[in-house]
Amino acid sequence: MHLYLPIAGLSVNALVIVLLGGMVGVLSGMFGVGGGFLTTPLLIFYGVPPAVAVASSATQITGTSVSGVLAHSRRQGVDFRMGMVLVAGGAIGSFAGGFVFHLLQRTGQIDTIISLLYVALLGWIGIGMARESVRAVLATREGKPCPPITTKRHRKWIAALPFRWRFYGAGLYISPLAPFLLGFVTGLLTVLMGVGGGFILVPGLLYLFGVSARVVVGTSLFQGLFVTATTTLVHAMTTHAVDLVLAGLLLIGSVTGAQIGSALVQKVRPERARMMLAVIVLAVAIRMAVGLTWRPDAIYTVQLL
Amino acid sequence: MTARFTARGRTGPHPVSQMILPLGGRVGVRAGAASKRLLALIACVPMIIGTSEPKLVPDVSDTQIDIAYSFTGAELLLFGAILYPGGRAPTPDTDVAVVIKGPAEPLLVREKAKVAGIWINHASARFRSVPSFYAVATSRPLDQLVSARTAAIYEIGIDNLLLSPANGSSAGEQARFEAGLIDLKRRAGLYAEHVGAVSVREGVLYRALVPIPARVPVGEYTAETYLIRNGHIVAAATRQIGISKSGFERFMAQAAADYPLLYGLAAILISLLMGFAAALAFGRVRR
Repeated sequence: MHLYLPIAGLSVNALVIVLLGGMVGVLSGMFGVGGGFLTTPLLIFYGVPPAVAVASSATQITGTSVSGVLAHSRRQGVDFRMGMVLVAGGAIGSFAGGFVFHLLQRTGQIDTIISLLYVALLGWIGIGMARESVRAVLATREGKPCPPITTKRHRKWIAALPFRWRFYGAGLYISPLAPFLLGFVTGLLTVLMGVGGGFILVPGLLYLFGVSARVVVGTSLFQGLFVTATTTLVHAMTTHAVDLVLAGLLLIGSVTGAQIGSALVQKVRPERARMMLAVIVLAVAIRMAVGLTWRPDAIYTVQLL
Repeated sequence: MTARFTARGRTGPHPVSQMILPLGGRVGVRAGAASKRLLALIACVPMIIGTSEPKLVPDVSDTQIDIAYSFTGAELLLFGAILYPGGRAPTPDTDVAVVIKGPAEPLLVREKAKVAGIWINHASARFRSVPSFYAVATSRPLDQLVSARTAAIYEIGIDNLLLSPANGSSAGEQARFEAGLIDLKRRAGLYAEHVGAVSVREGVLYRALVPIPARVPVGEYTAETYLIRNGHIVAAATRQIGISKSGFERFMAQAAADYPLLYGLAAILISLLMGFAAALAFGRVRR
């Protein structure tokens, strides 16, 4: 069934877009990552103009996150207090990100440098997660109890921060400044890169703070909800590139997928889920690294003046 | 001007007959190259009067193409008759070329290059007026139709488009960027040549079927029909075609452009509602 997208200016197979949304929704519900890293390039590959793909997938992630957050909150899988602190940090981080972006844009080749940094960051996070989760999977297979990831629970610099709060869902008693800073960094990088708040947030919550694995995915989605809602609004105001028909089609698939994903992840052992996320993170890092070095499909790109 | 007169000089027996019949409605359609050509045309007007050359009576299947939700492209039928003054018998070796052009737009083309193992944007070129859409349909292969010079003057054929490069870069560099831009447009289906898509019946009736792809940009299009004999253009005519979004599609595009804040808020609201709806539906199912 073909549908014309009014903003993107082309017609697409509606079923393909709904299925794409569904796939991304499942990943989102399972791992707490937004899915923009998958939706955006696939839409561009389909012929959707890049600006429309970025803006509309942000709209889609908002809906997916709502669906996922509600699914997780039914199982007490969201620490709303931690989430709010992350959102506050993220909001200020994205403003800072917008400022930094403008500053760097004037100097020219900055997108390449950011991509390199991102590859390094994702690679480092991915390898770290993979090592930890493989060790945990092997340990459980030998019948030993799963080694806790909370070995570094009391990081000195986090413990040194003032005013401690109790985060009941996360099972932590730490200063809100720590999640605030993590939110800030996430917001900053989301604006700069356009993808992947969850990629930084989920490992950050797990490994830096030792947040209880039960609430990590839900809390990450909660933060992503606000970030992408803001992104949608910014795109609607500046680039006019939000295609509601495209976003609607993606949403039909992804809100359903998020429900399925959040139910699926209950059936998977947490260390295995972590291993899967590590694989995805590494795959994205490798894809980006390869994308930088391979001869691109189009040497020339066009921009309307 | 020079080109025009040289072309005429080569005609030999009937020099005046080279001139084109009125290209109505061309004024203001394209800046730059077009206005120069128009000046040349106006200078030639006195010579047209009294010509014994045939005349074109063109028409199009649609003067208005509406893009609605189910739009997957369209097929434009351009047809018409060739009138011979004084009841003269039609000449069989008559060829027709139809050129459809979309609104011109200024573009910045960037070129990637491998620097230290990484592909980055390294150079760019500006073009002042690039047709957003260009399709040419001909009754014979282009090189057998008209001389290279005539093809260049009338912009018949993708390689003959005047893209008005704006930088003062070298000719070689400009050609490289033009080739890159044209390749992109071709791959998107926005530039196309349809050789043999025009059929001329007994030198009197012609018809051309030109496909319009789904991702066609909106705006005012011109369809120019050229009557060609012995490698020369003997008559031309222009029709306007409007391509625009209609109904819901138009509403969405306008809302996004004119009420960005409301549109953005609506987008957020819709995504929130759909998220809630899914959670509600699945919650019910589980209980």
